[in-house]
Amino acid sequence: MDKNKNTYKLLCIVCPEGCEIEATEIDGEFAFEKGICKRGQDYARQEIINPCRFLTTTVRIKGGVQTMLPVRTSEAISKDKLAEAMQQIASIETTAPIKLGEVICSNVANTGIPLVASKTVAAI
Amino acid sequence: MKKTNCDVAVIGAGPAGLAAAISAYENGARDVILIERDKYLGGILQQCIHNGFGIHVLGEDKTGPEYAEHFIQQVEKLPINCLTETMVLDLSENLTIQASSKQGILHIQPKAVVLAMGCRERTRGAIALPGKRPAGIMTAGTAQRFINCEGYLPGKKILILGSGDIGMIMARRLHLEGAQVQAVVEIMDCIGGLSRNLVQCLQDFDIPLYLRHIITDIRGDKRVEGVDFAPLGDEGQPQLDKKISLDCDTLLLSVGLIPENELSKKAGIQLDKITGGPIVDKNFHTSVPGIFAAGNVAQVFDLVDHVSICGMQAGKSAAEYARGELEHFSESLSKVKAGPGVGTVLPQVLSGPADGPLKFYLRARQVTRKALLQLRNSQNEVVFKKKFRTVRPAEMISVTADNLDCSANEYTFELIGEDNG
Ligand SMILES: Cc1cc2nc3c(=O)[nH]c(=O)nc-3n(C[C@H](O)[C@H](O)[C@H](O)COP(=O)(O)OP(=O)(O)OC[C@H]3O[C@@H](n4cnc5c(N)ncnc54)[C@H](O)[C@@H]3O)c2cc1C
Ligand code: SF4
Repeated sequence: MDKNKNTYKLLCIVCPEGCEIEATEIDGEFAFEKGICKRGQDYARQEIINPCRFLTTTVRIKGGVQTMLPVRTSEAISKDKLAEAMQQIASIETTAPIKLGEVICSNVANTGIPLVASKTVAAI
Repeated sequence: MKKTNCDVAVIGAGPAGLAAAISAYENGARDVILIERDKYLGGILQQCIHNGFGIHVLGEDKTGPEYAEHFIQQVEKLPINCLTETMVLDLSENLTIQASSKQGILHIQPKAVVLAMGCRERTRGAIALPGKRPAGIMTAGTAQRFINCEGYLPGKKILILGSGDIGMIMARRLHLEGAQVQAVVEIMDCIGGLSRNLVQCLQDFDIPLYLRHIITDIRGDKRVEGVDFAPLGDEGQPQLDKKISLDCDTLLLSVGLIPENELSKKAGIQLDKITGGPIVDKNFHTSVPGIFAAGNVAQVFDLVDHVSICGMQAGKSAAEYARGELEHFSESLSKVKAGPGVGTVLPQVLSGPADGPLKFYLRARQVTRKALLQLRNSQNEVVFKKKFRTVRPAEMISVTADNLDCSANEYTFELIGEDNG
């Protein structure tokens, strides 16, 4: 009958309480059990509509004191984009010197979000 | 034999050592030497490329290398003498340091020492794993270094034993790099790490988690070919009829960390059997006057923020001791113990006058809902209490208690769940 009714179960990770949240979505509106705090509700809504994650990985770096450069997306990107982003990043190679925060790739997996260096790597 | 004199020597340049060196200098020590066996400063943070560091101390969610660089830059701006590729081999009770460096053996005589050697991972020997001894078995941290620092994958089909944070983080890392992570196998009823990592490292990628299972065999001659594991029965015995066999070429161990205390033992420092680190007071002073201990060498921390805070306090205290402004605690002072429900407590000794609030770091023994933490004195009176909705062994508890009488009292922390209290 209720065509647009969905229920979700998720573990809230916003604070150490780690509540198990049950959310019911009816026609795009969310309902929560009693006792779930505002932050938990916001988290659950975001997790259900569009879960986002920071991507942290490495790229090869030439001519540096190290062979790998740790990198991160400057903002969280949609979880569904992680695999595509990893494929794109696999082909990137940079050259030292690189400064912390330097943009390595301006648009990760068409999200419009850049990939930046998490570390300064000096040239040899 | 020529000795280099200095005010404060810090051993280890991870987040604890970096913070201690900065704070020793900022609190008046002029000759500060920071000794690190690795080529670079930063400690284990260099290989922890994921985010989740510094939310409390820097107010930002940083990756390990970013967090480390924040402190490395401060160290480099100050006239702190950084000796990298220098390994401390010996430390004596009168604070003499012997270290091996490219220039040969160094002898250093500081007025105060901060131990910040961090921790190391438990290995196969420490947990008595059955089965053969083929190649392809390593700790999760070793795999982390291989991938993140050296740039190669340790295997293609992975099984992870233990659900500590490093294990779960490596499950995600290996999955993203194209390896197949077969399963994470955990002997306990609950995961060993943070729930954030359960959600974002395992559930996000549908990596199977087997709680209350143990490894019963490791197959393969030259290289690991597979692992058998079985659920535990009620009496803790493996139920072999329910055995699961999975193929894999690599087995990662994430079965806990132990404070690195070979040097502490050489210096005759009294260790706490439970934390595995030195017994310290609120200034992180150990039982040997002039030697301080901060970070994972004292107790394994889950958040780097706490490590930096302890490092700063230890560095400040070391600077004060070097100037003769800080006394060592005497044996007659108050002790703090871990009572029922509490795994570890830091600091274990209360020293000096009760000058204001005292910060304690504790670990719960088990997951407890609606928990009540109480501190009792020798007269069995409750002198401090705090309620928690949930406490977990994986997440350290930090509390601040006020107005404690530090003279010859014995305090005990206890954690009571709603059911039995
Ligand atoms: C493999 C591994 C992975 C980890 N991953 C995470 C994580 O992902 N997230 C997290 O929050 N925490 C993680 N931790 C916990 C982490 O250790 C702490 O958060 C933090 O880095 C501890 O800081 P520290 O300064 O006490 O120790 P460390 O960072 O370990 O630094 C200790 C330093 O001392 C040096 N040293 C040791 N002995 C000597 C000697 N004799 N002479 C000279 N130098 C010496 C070492 O080379 C090292 O650089 C991890 C720990 C390990 C072991
Ligand atoms: S729902 Fe609220 S209290 Fe529960 S874990 Fe989430 S943020 Fe914490």
